[in-house]
Amino acid sequence: MSALVIKGGRVLDASGERVADVVIDDGRIAAVGADLSAPDVIDAGGCVVAPGLVDLHTHLRQPGREEAETIESGSRAAALGGFTCVVAMPNTEPAIDCAAVVREVLALGRVSSCDVRASAAITVGRAGERLTGMAELAGLGVRLFTDDGNGVQDDRLMRRAMEYSSGLGVVLAQHCENEALSAGGHMHEGEWSSRLGIPGQPAESEELMVMRDIALARLTGATIHFQHLSTAGSIAMVRAAKAGGLPVSAEATTHHFTLTHAECASYDPVFKVNPPLRTAADVAAVKAGLGDGALDAIATDHAPHEPERKELPFDEAPPGMLGLETALALALTELDAPLAQVLALLSWQPAAIAGVAAEHGGDLAVGRPANLCVIDTSATWTVDPARLASRARNTPYAGRTLTGRVRHTLLRGEPVVLDGEPTR
Amino acid sequence: MTATRLHRHILSVADLGRDGLEELLKLTDTFVEVSARAIPKAPALRGKTVVSLFYEDSTRTRLSFETAAKRLSADTMTFSVSSSSVKKGESVRDTVETIEAMGIDALVVRHGSAGVPLRVAGWVHDRVSVINAGDGWHEHPTQALLDCYTIRQHRGGLEGMRIAIVGDVKHSRVARSDVLAYTALGAEVVLVAPPTLLPPSLEGWPVTVSHDLDGVLGSVDVVGLLRMQTERTTEALIPSLREYTAGYGLTRARLDRLDDKVLVMHPGPMNRGVEISADAATSDRAVILDQVRNGVAVRMAVLYLLLGTGALS
Repeated sequence: MSALVIKGGRVLDASGERVADVVIDDGRIAAVGADLSAPDVIDAGGCVVAPGLVDLHTHLRQPGREEAETIESGSRAAALGGFTCVVAMPNTEPAIDCAAVVREVLALGRVSSCDVRASAAITVGRAGERLTGMAELAGLGVRLFTDDGNGVQDDRLMRRAMEYSSGLGVVLAQHCENEALSAGGHMHEGEWSSRLGIPGQPAESEELMVMRDIALARLTGATIHFQHLSTAGSIAMVRAAKAGGLPVSAEATTHHFTLTHAECASYDPVFKVNPPLRTAADVAAVKAGLGDGALDAIATDHAPHEPERKELPFDEAPPGMLGLETALALALTELDAPLAQVLALLSWQPAAIAGVAAEHGGDLAVGRPANLCVIDTSATWTVDPARLASRARNTPYAGRTLTGRVRHTLLRGEPVVLDGEPTR
Repeated sequence: MTATRLHRHILSVADLGRDGLEELLKLTDTFVEVSARAIPKAPALRGKTVVSLFYEDSTRTRLSFETAAKRLSADTMTFSVSSSSVKKGESVRDTVETIEAMGIDALVVRHGSAGVPLRVAGWVHDRVSVINAGDGWHEHPTQALLDCYTIRQHRGGLEGMRIAIVGDVKHSRVARSDVLAYTALGAEVVLVAPPTLLPPSLEGWPVTVSHDLDGVLGSVDVVGLLRMQTERTTEALIPSLREYTAGYGLTRARLDRLDDKVLVMHPGPMNRGVEISADAATSDRAVILDQVRNGVAVRMAVLYLLLGTGALS
């Protein structure tokens, strides 16, 4: 492949902002500076050239539910959203809990539109009983372990997982949900669940597990990453734990800072998600946490579901909503934050947590792999479920007009999105 | 008489408002009169087809709707889960679209999940009306209408009435609809239940709460009891049915202390000896069979309001 230049943009990365062209050769950044040229030119006029985004929390559904999403379709959606790396959650069928499934996911990811990293389950079959072969899986490249979809309920098992994993240089991530308290709940327990007659799950179901895992982090000295935090109480605890010097990190999803439980009044399962949409005060707390560093990353929790499963009665439908193609625009539209902070939350901070900082996020510096995105921060567009690249259609933002759109995405120097269209 | 087509569906008491409730109660008077005729039938819905789509067992509500539809000369069909393709995995939407394609005018929907009638109303086309016959813990609008009608029949109206709703409010669609209807018509509502059987939040509910039935009984005009499901004991919501009855049951002793004018109501089916004693259920104060009787007239009014164009005699 011949060299190409991304011309006319403003470069914004972890080290700052400057007007510069970026030359890419052989998959790597060859030069950054004024008035550069190369045989191929990609126009970035009026746009921001940034490191590719990194999603800590993506459900690609393969293997097992290929009608909802495949690694091919999900990675295309990711690339369209500006992501150059996603961490695939292990709640596939079968679960990503052994070497064979890790190898399959990684192999499919290698020919896809973004860098697909496999997370793996903490416990075999995500059943919460026996630890997976973490050392073997870490050897295959797994950097993040989670039973996502479920939290590890057993206190002693979670302690052992934290102790054991701390010797492997991997990250344990928790889906925080005390199942004894959440059982049977299909939305946030409160004003709206009471009015709508939908069984709820209290905020305390999430908070109890955050509290326990902070205690276990103190006991074991191990790191823990909290997934999709959604309540003011959870975020306050993480903020306090960080202030106390504990090595914890946390993410929040785009839907938890843009939607509240009032949406469930439509009884449309497109608004059913776990953890559930919460109160306006919780939304404000998520925004505050993203602003003050209590939260380290914005994640999508991209969770595709077949249309017929999202047409079931609210209490029978599976939880989850799409996120990859709307995350950046939602952050730019809904967060009152400078672009550099939005990119920190979507790119280099999650890259560090996922253990991919050598290839993603970071600086657009000479010699680094050319994983980057070009963002038109002032373009407006309206979300149309039929036009999403995901196989599924369950976006809760249908019809919403957003500001900010990904124009180009480059993966290892190769354009995977050009002028808003996928090339693979 | 003309029925304006203000309402296309009856999904929630909240959609009706005071005007809609009063219109329906007034219309019900007409159908009480029709029901009292030697041949209790009117041709108002001749040529219309009313389908009962029941995903949950029900005796009185289904029979009441079918009786109402037949008295209005509508054709009726029943789709019940036990004998249907639902058992073969058909979705609610496919079932609804299939029935609709046969050419029908109204769907009376009962489902164990909250919100299904609302979703069905979004799927059907222009000519079909959807009536909520009970959805999960959410609402049961025609039950609230017949409860209001029964109180109005015996006490002249609801304005200024003090009504106790006693029992498992948390899991009760009847309670949710009753609270909305009673308060919209000017009554004051007190919910009487152990804290475990109240909704987790009462924010926005125009009610007061008591955990002392004996303290409440001296000041109310109506006692509406809710069915106590026996499985609530296994969910640790109450320690035992015996303890529930001691605290919240309308026992013989409590009945004896009630003023003569107080109405005792129950949506049925009753658990005699649990939330209501046999004495209370059969006492002069009990209007439980009036509720059932009025239920037919109320449902005639609802069907007429939604579908009616023909004559009433």
